[in-house]
Amino acid sequence: MPLLEISDLKKSYRTPEGETQSVLDIPSFTLETGQQRVLRGTSGTGKTTLLNCIAGILSPTSGIVRLDGHDLATAREARRDALRARCIGYIFQTFNLLQGYTCMENVLLGMSFGRGPDTDAARGLLDRVGLSHRLHHRPGQLSVGQQQRVAVARALANQPLLVLADEPTGNLDPHNAREALQLIREVCEESSAALLIVSHDPMVLEQFEDCQDLADLNHAAQEVVA
Amino acid sequence: MIIRNSLRQHALSTIITATSIGLGCGLLMAVWVVNFQSQRAFRNVTGGFDAILGPRGSQTQLVLNSLFHMDASPGLINRADYETFRKSYKRFYRNAVPIAVGDNFQGYRIVGTTHDLFAAEHSPGEPYALAVGDYFIRNDKQWNKEAVIGDTVARKLGWRVNQKFSPYHGLNFAEGQQPHKDEYTVVGILRPTGTPADKVIWIPIEGLQQMDGHDAQYAGDVSAVLIQLSTNTTARAFGMNSLDGIYNKGTDHLTFVKSTADVVARLFDRLGWAEKVLRWVALLVAVVAAGSVLASIYNTMNERRREFAILRALGAGRGTVFGVIVLESATIAALGAVIGFAVYAGIMAAAESILRNEIGVTLHPFEQHPVMIIVPVGLVALGAVVGIIPALKAYRTDVAENLIPQS
Repeated sequence: MPLLEISDLKKSYRTPEGETQSVLDIPSFTLETGQQRVLRGTSGTGKTTLLNCIAGILSPTSGIVRLDGHDLATAREARRDALRARCIGYIFQTFNLLQGYTCMENVLLGMSFGRGPDTDAARGLLDRVGLSHRLHHRPGQLSVGQQQRVAVARALANQPLLVLADEPTGNLDPHNAREALQLIREVCEESSAALLIVSHDPMVLEQFEDCQDLADLNHAAQEVVA
Repeated sequence: MIIRNSLRQHALSTIITATSIGLGCGLLMAVWVVNFQSQRAFRNVTGGFDAILGPRGSQTQLVLNSLFHMDASPGLINRADYETFRKSYKRFYRNAVPIAVGDNFQGYRIVGTTHDLFAAEHSPGEPYALAVGDYFIRNDKQWNKEAVIGDTVARKLGWRVNQKFSPYHGLNFAEGQQPHKDEYTVVGILRPTGTPADKVIWIPIEGLQQMDGHDAQYAGDVSAVLIQLSTNTTARAFGMNSLDGIYNKGTDHLTFVKSTADVVARLFDRLGWAEKVLRWVALLVAVVAAGSVLASIYNTMNERRREFAILRALGAGRGTVFGVIVLESATIAALGAVIGFAVYAGIMAAAESILRNEIGVTLHPFEQHPVMIIVPVGLVALGAVVGIIPALKAYRTDVAENLIPQS
């Protein structure tokens, strides 16, 4: 059984004019345990919407999103929150670190809603991403590359089954982007977590053998249907 | 961790808000406790005397002058009336102690009385006791120019036994005034009583009546007679009503206060509006402070929407985010309650000092009172309740919309 299984996933929005706009229409998509895949897509192709549906942040209009046997699409919100905390690590383009918190606290906060705060584990993760000397620094005191590494450590805080990365190199220079991508792939491999990246960065795309066009996957007409 | 960080990030607004809660909390507790303890203290200040006989006038003034050593003297009872009372109505009381006022030393009243006063209890179950020295006279047959002073007088004037002083005329001290020629010697200092007796200089009543410069024609007059009625309820009621009839209805120049406790209670009832106003002001301060908790948290909600979205993306449920805000609000109120105890201590220290020095009544700031639990707990609960409004805003935060940017 695949770790992530999507079938007939549809997501549409109501526009301010009262019309329905379809964003996602994915008949089928799977991801195996430990598999690393990148989905190529330009802006506005529904990349973030897809990741948010997989993470349970958004409810699909219809369809199935099954993660480790649990259907996130039909689960109640509280159940989706719990599954997200326990099974999914999310890396954002803008990192979304909490500015008032130290690196350590950001990682501990990631653990708070999953397996519970574990200072030793948090220190180990930050050590793994090369930030053992920055444990008590706040995001504002770190370089952009270092902030991304904190975000990676936080995403892995609960030993997730699946790591989602939304344009993880979008805010990094080529050197830092290459390093960050390498780090994400390594730590996911080490923890046997599957990795699903959405990106339009050619550097990212060329690093992955398993690369798929979101446009091929998503049949949404991207047009007003009603 | 979330609450601690949030309070740290908004430290200034947290401190200001908690301080305003603290002011409300401290004020509320202090108003309640000062009112409760001062009422209790005033009601206990009967000096062991149930009733008072004095010149015709206000009963309140008579009580304030005779027992609290405040206010102007309403006048004098002439020697004939005093002696008639002592000889003809002995059956209505078990003890009667005359007092005479009219002199002071640097604002401390000099009260002439007999040794019988010290045989009474200054508060229920608490007799007068000397800290040092002796009482000025042992019987009514002889008297010397001696004085027994209260604890406050001794502390404030730095007097010890054998201190000599000359009284000044009048109840209030006036700079430049010449003292009487008579010189008195302090022979004893009373232990603190927590009553107005602490700020009195007691001398033999004959001393005051015959003081150099006082009009000789009033030498046998007294300012008031403090009376202990019978302990037997029936006899007490009989004595009370009889003396009431004899003096209040049967004469036009004497007043009989049949219950000093009732007069004090009536006085507090009359002053009740002031206490109510203070209580409402304190309550208003507390409510405004609770409103400031609401405003300070609510105003941060927009800037914190992204924070909530991140927490939600990390797996925090709506209930968790809601709970964080309610708890944050309650924590600010709890900090305020802690500050409130400091405010309370400050107000009580000031009130205690003022009441002790001005009236002689002692407060006990650290005595337990239910209001010291009810007010802080109530304010923390109020803090949690007002936190519900911003918490609902946090609860409704749309995760996807606030996790910017989207690709």
